[in-house]
Amino acid sequence: MKYAASLFAGLVLGAVMFVLGLYLNPFMGQATVSPLAVTDRQVMDLSYSAVPANGILYTDHGESAVTPHPDRVAELWEPTVVDTSVFVTELFDGRGNFAGIGIKYLSKSEQTELIKGEALASSVWHIFLPGRGTIMIDQTENFWSYIRDVVIPARTSSGDNWVGSFHSVTTSGPGALGTARLTGGSGVFAGLTSESVEAITVRGYSSVTGPVSKDGNLTIELPEIAAATE
Amino acid sequence: MIKTFVIGAVLGVLGSGALTWYVPAVDLQRERSMISVRPNIGNAELFHINLPHDRILVGLPNNENSIPAGLKWPGEDYLGDMQTELFKVRDENNVVVGVASRLASATNSTGAFIEWSLHLPARGTIYVEMEITPSADGFRNGEMLAGTQDFLTLSGSVREQFISEVSDDADLQGRIQLEVALVAPLGDEL
Repeated sequence: MKYAASLFAGLVLGAVMFVLGLYLNPFMGQATVSPLAVTDRQVMDLSYSAVPANGILYTDHGESAVTPHPDRVAELWEPTVVDTSVFVTELFDGRGNFAGIGIKYLSKSEQTELIKGEALASSVWHIFLPGRGTIMIDQTENFWSYIRDVVIPARTSSGDNWVGSFHSVTTSGPGALGTARLTGGSGVFAGLTSESVEAITVRGYSSVTGPVSKDGNLTIELPEIAAATE
Repeated sequence: MIKTFVIGAVLGVLGSGALTWYVPAVDLQRERSMISVRPNIGNAELFHINLPHDRILVGLPNNENSIPAGLKWPGEDYLGDMQTELFKVRDENNVVVGVASRLASATNSTGAFIEWSLHLPARGTIYVEMEITPSADGFRNGEMLAGTQDFLTLSGSVREQFISEVSDDADLQGRIQLEVALVAPLGDEL
């Protein structure tokens, strides 16, 4: 019996050591600088508040920390969409002026491998920019750094919150350089294929209500034709 | 006893590692694809949207008519006549398999457009540009501009139709039917 208890205690300790190793591994990090920072093409920045309550609409399965918004929005409780969220938000240009509307679908990815520091999601933006046109952005996002540095500290905090300064490029693919794939739909973007990168900046998070202060930024590389109309 | 403890600890580390490596952290629910083979080339799949049940959002130029209640839609001053709709999407078995957005504008300064973005979480997304003018039969045809994941290498078309009379449910006001026809690149199998 003593040996069984000792083995069990060892197993528990081993499991805890593994989890701590995973959590504290300094080699699992994400870029804080966009791969498009060194591009010689023009780029367009679109920013938005990534706090769901500040957006136009947010919905998911309805049982997460984040409350769907507005109150009477349909929830995605069906088994096939239970791991998906939809976020509709206003987008702003670099000067802070209204630039358009963005719809973001975000689904957990089966490519997630926590042992590699990859908490992946497949996300798609469907964007309309008045006077310019429409685009779709397809990307794989890695939220490991966000979970490790913001969400978990908030949950383990006695106040159930986290306050600080966190910035990370969440886009990790499908482009070879960790960029998202952009397809133009209509207007000046018709026929366009390009690249994009999304980053988030978080200053406050509550484990009870979700993000308190969180901004998102989409950097879009523009070929000359689309850039000329900006 | 200490040896047993150490062996347990090592096994704990290795076991946790093996568990993390082999057990998928995410396992998305899938429904059987209701695909039919087309006589000429490619495959077709039928999706539909039950109205009004599957409506998530309707953003109209006149914000007062937007859905759901309490939606703060930017409206005409910012978006012109652009209409945005968000739906849940069902397969032929009437099971929800994804979500979709439909953006439409008749007077945007860069040209009129109607677009669908069909997001099926376990399979990928289809981005479609529709023709502005519907056919005489009441259809509207569209061309797939891009696809992701399972749809990445495919090309094809989408046919949109609004069916106002749906017999199987008295609560339904209508149904939007989307017939997606996809073709794999030459030499590949779908």
